[in-house]
Amino acid sequence: MTGTRAGWGFVAPALIWTLAFFVLPFAVMGAMSLATLDGRTLVWGLSLSNYAELAEKAYLWRAVVVSLEITLTVTALSVLLAYPLAWIIAYRVPERWQRLALLLAILPFWTSYVVRSYAWLLVLSREGVVNQALIGLGLTAEPVTLANTRLATVTGFVHFFVMLLTLTIYANLRQLSPNYRRAAMDLGANAVQTFRHVILPLTLPGIVTGAFLTFVLCIGDYITPQILGGNTELTVPQVIMVQLGRRADFPLASALALVLMALVTLAYLAGARWLRVDRL
Amino acid sequence: MILRTILGGTALACIAGAGAAQELNALVWCDHTDDALIEPFEQEHGVTVNLREYEGTGAALALLDQSRPGDWDVMVIDGIDVFRAVEAGYLAELPVDELPTGDFFPEVVMEANNVVDGKTYAVTEKFGYNTISFNSDKVDPADMDDLAAVWSEKYDGRLSIYDYYLPVMGLAAIAEGIPTAEIGADNLETIGGTLSDMRARAASVAGVVAAQTALATGEVDIVVGGGEWLTAVLAEERPELTWTIPEQGAVRWAQSIGVVEGSENPDLALEFVKYIVSPEGQARLATSSCFWGMPANARAGEILTDEQKAVLRWDDQPDYLSRTQLYPAPDADLDIEMQDLWLETLQQ
Repeated sequence: MTGTRAGWGFVAPALIWTLAFFVLPFAVMGAMSLATLDGRTLVWGLSLSNYAELAEKAYLWRAVVVSLEITLTVTALSVLLAYPLAWIIAYRVPERWQRLALLLAILPFWTSYVVRSYAWLLVLSREGVVNQALIGLGLTAEPVTLANTRLATVTGFVHFFVMLLTLTIYANLRQLSPNYRRAAMDLGANAVQTFRHVILPLTLPGIVTGAFLTFVLCIGDYITPQILGGNTELTVPQVIMVQLGRRADFPLASALALVLMALVTLAYLAGARWLRVDRL
Repeated sequence: MILRTILGGTALACIAGAGAAQELNALVWCDHTDDALIEPFEQEHGVTVNLREYEGTGAALALLDQSRPGDWDVMVIDGIDVFRAVEAGYLAELPVDELPTGDFFPEVVMEANNVVDGKTYAVTEKFGYNTISFNSDKVDPADMDDLAAVWSEKYDGRLSIYDYYLPVMGLAAIAEGIPTAEIGADNLETIGGTLSDMRARAASVAGVVAAQTALATGEVDIVVGGGEWLTAVLAEERPELTWTIPEQGAVRWAQSIGVVEGSENPDLALEFVKYIVSPEGQARLATSSCFWGMPANARAGEILTDEQKAVLRWDDQPDYLSRTQLYPAPDADLDIEMQDLWLETLQQ
């Protein structure tokens, strides 16, 4: 009995924290999503009208599609770029330089997210560094439209998330005993076969964990698409902000936020088999 | 009730010392956060003004919903939304005889907006225009005098649209010869057509900072919905970034200020409002580091320098005021339709 009480005592802080800062806000948001607005008056109830708007209003559904397309693109590109970088740091950089290499890899984290986004806007603008270089190299006569596009949004995201994924994959690679590679080589596997059949499967938890974090952070992000995308297409967080700004339509905003949570849950379920948070 | 209590507590936590003596809590736009505007009032009255910046009337009203009476003393609000705050019971009546509205530009006294059932609840403090900002080195200024030419093929991909549906749809309406006060469900289709044309030519739909950046970096040469508030702060360094009001006219914005109902410092709150609409306060507010705009009180002209008045186009105001219309003030249902149309257009 005393043991049970002590057990509750140990878990109580975490339980209270979870109840207060996850379960309760989630329940409030769920209840809010079933409410409606009558003019400016909030009417509590069990209406599904906010969810029905997703089907009725094409721009809302389109926002979900745009969010998913951008998030999946960013996640895939980030993994493809981060894995070789993490590999090089883990296996090609001398051990005494690895800490410095990691520090350099995450250096952009030290600047403000908003400032970094605006910096990208300047880099990608018609008179920015990229266009000046393209014109200087004779690859184009006129500036190319890069800013205020999906490409700009994806670039800003990938720049940020490659750093995150590099860390998770590097941590995973460093935990692998070199004996796995040696054993595979002893058994006659070449470098490609060793990577494909030994290293990759063993580092999958690190990849999936990093990819899931990328998915979660990317799909809910408002700043990057707002600054770099130029509102040429809207993501779900941008649409949520519009609902709140002037009309304070918290019911519809809550329904959209829950749709985002449902997408994150689906992503979790898809990767649950490999997800290993302890590899972070 | 639980939600209200929790959120109310959170809102309270955000403003240290809310309701304490000698402190004034004000819900404001960014132009009020300039020390040059606030410090003279604080020093004169020996008080601290706690400023909470917000964007969007909905966000401000939600914040008031979540607060307790007395948490807030002063509120800056979009002129067309004063009635919403009055309906919700968030604005207190102002003693009209203590306000210098007799010195105001007559067009911006805006009794239809600031007075409800014969009682004055707010007073206009600043105004300006949502019109056409442009780079005079890159476009033909004569083209900017015709709205249709602004979003013509000639400027394809060279314009940005200000990211707020009411003034931009107001401009679209004006381009179609529809007065902003007559925008309704029956003419949204026409406005939507113009909005689509505009959107098809635009490189971006940008907020204040993004639009300024786009214009300054040459990403775009025109900002539809821009005005003095967009380019005035750049006037000294980039005089080629300018603005005009086309022949068809443009949209006029106005912001009001009032005392929040239930304020624990109603006298101090009223003093703050009186300071803001005084010639000195008006001159400082007009040239705030966040954005410039015309002072409602014409006597601010006695304090502003000639250079500042030139940037604000002081001498052109009679002409501008006669050719501009207050931007649309839709009721709740029309607002939903306008916002839907705006978002549909952005997603095209």
